[in-house]
Amino acid sequence: MISFDRVSKRYAEGHDALREVSVNIGKDELVFITGHSGAGKTTLLRMIMLMERPSRGQVLVDGQNLANIGSRGIPRHRRNIGVVFQNHRLLLDRTVFDNVALPLVIAGHDHREVGRRVRAALDKVGLLKRERAMPVTLSGGEQQRVGIARAVVGKPKILLADEPTGNLDPGLSAEIMQLFEEFNQVGVTVLIASHDLALISRLHHRIITLRDGRLVAGGKS
Amino acid sequence: MIGRLKATRSVPGGRREGASQSRTGLRDRYQAWLQHHRLSAADSMTRVIDNPVSSVMTWLVIGIALALPTGLNVALDNVSQLSSSWDSPAQISLFLQDGVSDDRARQLQAELDERPDVAETRFVSREEALDEFRTLSGFADVLASLDSNPLPHLILVSPAGAAAQSAALALREDLQAYPDVAQAVLDMEWLQRLNSLMELSRRLVLAVGGLLVVGVLLILGNTIRLAIESRREEIVIVKLVGGSNAFVRRPFLYTGLWYGVGGGVFAAVLVAASLWFLRQPISELAGLYQSEFRLRGLGVMGGLNLVILGGLLGLAGSWLAVARHLADIQPR
Repeated sequence: MISFDRVSKRYAEGHDALREVSVNIGKDELVFITGHSGAGKTTLLRMIMLMERPSRGQVLVDGQNLANIGSRGIPRHRRNIGVVFQNHRLLLDRTVFDNVALPLVIAGHDHREVGRRVRAALDKVGLLKRERAMPVTLSGGEQQRVGIARAVVGKPKILLADEPTGNLDPGLSAEIMQLFEEFNQVGVTVLIASHDLALISRLHHRIITLRDGRLVAGGKS
Repeated sequence: MIGRLKATRSVPGGRREGASQSRTGLRDRYQAWLQHHRLSAADSMTRVIDNPVSSVMTWLVIGIALALPTGLNVALDNVSQLSSSWDSPAQISLFLQDGVSDDRARQLQAELDERPDVAETRFVSREEALDEFRTLSGFADVLASLDSNPLPHLILVSPAGAAAQSAALALREDLQAYPDVAQAVLDMEWLQRLNSLMELSRRLVLAVGGLLVVGVLLILGNTIRLAIESRREEIVIVKLVGGSNAFVRRPFLYTGLWYGVGGGVFAAVLVAASLWFLRQPISELAGLYQSEFRLRGLGVMGGLNLVILGGLLGLAGSWLAVARHLADIQPR
């Protein structure tokens, strides 16, 4: 589903974020990416989202070479990927419902369909009763679950998460991870960047380890 | 940006129906596109109305900037309407010699009336002239202190026919030769001066109007830039979840449109109010000149054009801002 072929990324100031990384991630996999901060976890995810392009090497997502997607094609590409951020990045002046509806409105679904799907997604993350709430009135864990609902509401093939449990206590973190596992079980490819080794090593999924931009473990599936 | 969706309180449908990719048909896309236009328009309108003070300020600034050249243009139109009614039959004023008596003057008027190249004459005796001068000039006191009437008899001569300028000039030469005539003045020079003055004013209005239009564009551009800045995070998020540039642009273009349309309405109201304010003194003035002149306003079409112009400027200004600033905002 996702494949990196000898991908390097060097920033203008000479810093190497990724060096010759080759990784294949299959359709039904849930994969963790770990490493110290600055090891290249986020850069890897950003490349899949086309927020960043490799200096060398190529990235394939769902059979498509990302080098062939021009800037006009980026929005369409992103609509097929759900993303969860560490700081959840919700629109603070909109209700939970409107936040989750955003990807569907962008993709152009009619509003009955939007309502149905948003409620299904909120139900899935256990926040159906809070659809009218404003994000600031929710706890950190709830906000993150709204972020997850927004990421999955468009039924993406791929779900990316960058430190989704970074600000949460262990109990909440485990709940969040369990949610990701459930999405993986219905066929979504899930890629999670996390440095919470204690948590992810308990979950028995493949772990890709990066150090200073190099792949040191987990490259082959 | 996404607008506030009105959620229908329907029972939530089934859960995720498999992980099938969502595909939307062309017709659905068109519907969604229309829907987003409606949402953007309504949402932008709500934002404009939610900040009444700053919105009214923006409307006023745009309104004043548009009202100024429009008002000047309306004034020019009125003046040219006025001057066109004087335009064609140039008039020759014959100021008679001091010693000429009333009878002699009337006799001369009759003589002139016989001439084939004279269409009409009007005799203004020195007494009438003094009366008229007294009412119109406001120098009544000064005039009362004079021992004798300083004004000469006057015969106003309108040349016959279409009065080509050269014919009128020849007639003036002829009349000047009459022994009783002190001075024959062809009242055309001031008309020519007025016309070239009007032309000059028209150009000035055009130049001022052009400058103010540029000003309106800049004001709108700046207002929209601030709106974009204040919603930077939202733009980033929308781009992250797959919003196209057109999708991000839309609400800002509508914001510009509303500012422009509102500015146009304010401008039309300002012009109408100024005309209303001037109507009374102008009709008094016209009455003093025995003129039927009535101030001509913008009219419904003029007002509508002003609103449309405002809307177009709003769109153009916001397009400038959006083109400059939206591309810079990329997810980091």
